[in-house]
Amino acid sequence: MRADLEIIQQWVKPGHHVLDLGCGDGTLLDFLQRERNASGYGLEINPDHITTCMSRGVSVIEQNLDTQGLDNFEDNSFDIVLMTQALQAVRRPDKVLDEMLRLGDEGIVTFPNFAHWRLRWGLALSGRMPESEALPYKWYNTPNIRLCTFQDFEALCRQKGIRIKSRRVVDGQHQNSWLARLWPNLLGEIAIYRITRENRS
Amino acid sequence: MPDSLPADSVGVVTPQTYHFETPIELACGHTLDSYDLVVETYGELNADRSNAVLICHALSGHHHAAGYHSMDDRKPGWWDTCIGPGKPVDTNRFFVVSLNNLGGCHGSTGPNSINPATGKPYGPDFPVITVGDWVKSQALLADRLGIDCWAAVVGGSLGGMQALQWSLDYPDRLKHSVAIASSPRLTAQNIAFNEVARQAITSDREFHEGRYYDFDTLPRRGLMLARMVGHITYLSDASMGEKFGRELRDQAYKFGYDAEFQVESYLRYQGERFSEVFDANTYLLMTRALDYFDPAYEFGGDLSKALARASCEFLVLSFSTDWRFTPARSEEMVNAMIAARKKVSYAEIDAPWGHDAFLIPTPRYTDIFTAYMDRVAREAGT
Repeated sequence: MRADLEIIQQWVKPGHHVLDLGCGDGTLLDFLQRERNASGYGLEINPDHITTCMSRGVSVIEQNLDTQGLDNFEDNSFDIVLMTQALQAVRRPDKVLDEMLRLGDEGIVTFPNFAHWRLRWGLALSGRMPESEALPYKWYNTPNIRLCTFQDFEALCRQKGIRIKSRRVVDGQHQNSWLARLWPNLLGEIAIYRITRENRS
Repeated sequence: MPDSLPADSVGVVTPQTYHFETPIELACGHTLDSYDLVVETYGELNADRSNAVLICHALSGHHHAAGYHSMDDRKPGWWDTCIGPGKPVDTNRFFVVSLNNLGGCHGSTGPNSINPATGKPYGPDFPVITVGDWVKSQALLADRLGIDCWAAVVGGSLGGMQALQWSLDYPDRLKHSVAIASSPRLTAQNIAFNEVARQAITSDREFHEGRYYDFDTLPRRGLMLARMVGHITYLSDASMGEKFGRELRDQAYKFGYDAEFQVESYLRYQGERFSEVFDANTYLLMTRALDYFDPAYEFGGDLSKALARASCEFLVLSFSTDWRFTPARSEEMVNAMIAARKKVSYAEIDAPWGHDAFLIPTPRYTDIFTAYMDRVAREAGT
């Protein structure tokens, strides 16, 4: 099993009601439905992904976070709101984080670390915007318009009064790596954060 | 006329009439002591009767949804694009049931049927039928066909309203409800258009208070106008623009009021043709059924409360240029389903054809509809 799914499923309790922002082809929700008896919805805008979700029985809603927001969802209507590998692609990640914790008790966010040593190295040596397996785009066509580092994200959480309950760092293949744990902002490629509001237990 | 039947056609089909002797109580308080429903079926019911799909028609639809009645037919059934072997509603896997609704004018009991009490056509004495009444009669038809539970109830526009109503009235008798280009209730604008249509009909001198059958005439003019205004709401500005633009039938303006623009002559032709084949009283009845549909009404306007009793899964589809039932109307349904924690999938399909897009196969529409119905079939064990 992919390490990130393994980690995320540990945080989802049986029967949890889950919202997955940018659910892709529904792999994660399908997995949580089967392994955790979770219910809930995925939001997606990619037509092929939406069709795949429908085909595998994942409830998917075509909804664009940037243009439509999440106003149609009620406060505290989910146990967990997930956002895997999509935070860097929305126009206002800060507002999406607020919305995640308005809708759910807990949020789980994963994103690529722009301070990974290979990206730093590439930028330093070539003077060009780095590309990697996790970020395989050119600067002008990338959907990843809000790239940040683990430290950036954690600073934003502090500023917003968002408490980080756990953080797990994996490499590009979503594998655990002791090096990444040791020096995450330099050696970790993808982080999985479990967040909640400061005043929540 | 097809010289030979296309491979993905259900072929030549024959409608069947089911007669019901048990009185049906209607929402308006009236009772119909007996009635007929005209039905077409495509495909085979499997051994455990789990693969039945009900198709619900819209305002001017009927039982003839797919295939041909004879090799001389010019056109196949109204939803032939989506029903047939290998099509989204795949007749190799599903047993498809399509009926003409009560109050219709294509063979099921309606205003132009003979009222057994008088020996004359019902006309205006035919009771106003609601979406709930249709669903009730469809459930009785399911009983007759030996179908305890539909794999899916599917409909576009007014048909989608029936699919929604099914999930509320008979939650245990369907696994999936598919509402395409539909709405949980009409807006004031929708009702206003219906009212213009009704006024056109009832103000026709040949209408005779709905008893035109007795005068051996038809309110053709009124029905034609009703259809013309309705037809405009089924298309989009862009699709009308592309089809007709400002094209003239002749080279130059004639400085008169005949049909000079292509769009005028098209609308007149559509209206005239329709007025020959459709019953004006049925048109009144269907538009009223649309106006009255509002399952949230008895729950203080809260559709999510109405949906509490639903247990099926939902597929809701809308079309980007549909201004009759806009994507926002579909999203209203979807949001209520989300609030009620029902399983629902939703997509807004980019298509230029306005409300009519639900009848026209576009790649994405076909893909989604096929993918969803494929899962319905897999769950039904076919």
